[in-house]
Amino acid sequence: MLLIHCPYCEEDRSELEFRWAGEAHIARPENIAAISDEEFAEFFFLRNNEKGLTYERWRHIHGCGRFFNAARDTVSDRFLMTYKAGMPKQPIPVMEKAVAIAEEKTVETWEATEGDAR
Amino acid sequence: MVDSGIEMATRTSSLFGLHGGSSAVRLEAAPAAERISLRVHAENVSALSGALGVDLPVKPKTSASANGRTALWLGPDEWLVIGEGGYDIGNSLMQAAANSGALHSATDVSHRNVAILVSGPGAAAAINAGCPQDLSLKAFPVGACSRTIFGKIEIVLLRTAEDAFRVEVWRSFSDYAFGLLAEGARDAAL
Repeated sequence: MLLIHCPYCEEDRSELEFRWAGEAHIARPENIAAISDEEFAEFFFLRNNEKGLTYERWRHIHGCGRFFNAARDTVSDRFLMTYKAGMPKQPIPVMEKAVAIAEEKTVETWEATEGDAR
Repeated sequence: MVDSGIEMATRTSSLFGLHGGSSAVRLEAAPAAERISLRVHAENVSALSGALGVDLPVKPKTSASANGRTALWLGPDEWLVIGEGGYDIGNSLMQAAANSGALHSATDVSHRNVAILVSGPGAAAAINAGCPQDLSLKAFPVGACSRTIFGKIEIVLLRTAEDAFRVEVWRSFSDYAFGLLAEGARDAAL
């Protein structure tokens, strides 16, 4: 079970209490009636769907009920950081950590894990 | 007028007649209570605290009790306030909040929720049968409260003593909650 840090409850809670809520930092147009169909499609339908580091909105729906933002690695499913809604996009505090995650290789051969077993 | 008895209809708790528990856990329905769901901006919290006679806690996962009322922190601007006694629509909590004179949103949820009291040495284990939270005394001390998940439903959990919890659950889910707690209670006694 994943533990997700809720910036409002200020502690790690089980993933069961949370819901994913789409890509973060998408600003609603100031005057939505004035924009073209293409611009509307860009705002409303099109998402980056990045592989790797991605910024998402999450909601602590079965806890404090608040929306917040999270930086998550979509390959490893690891949450790199979470921060309150309304804050600008935050840099990953330890970028090396993100790089290390990207380069992480798990070695699980029989020799490595069971080789010593007698 | 002939007393037919029809006008004597009484309200029955959805937990009426349910029984469960084990040698380690005692399960019982809590007495009827008044409840409001309260939303208040930070600048009006002190006004509502004064009107309700209980300090609305502003720290996550904490509750406060005074004058027979308990205020549970649910979110940064959201509280569940439980008052002992009455059960009527237009209850004293609603009136107290309205008398505060400060901007707020209060909804009477006295009939929406029912509460199950879980006590005994296996109380935390019984709740953990369906709840993923850490209920050790270090992480969830007496007075701690949280909206969380219990099996397939949402509950509000309040620790009233070292080995006692109050489980607030929506009325229509109370059968499920009681059943799962009863199973958890059996497992906790093994």
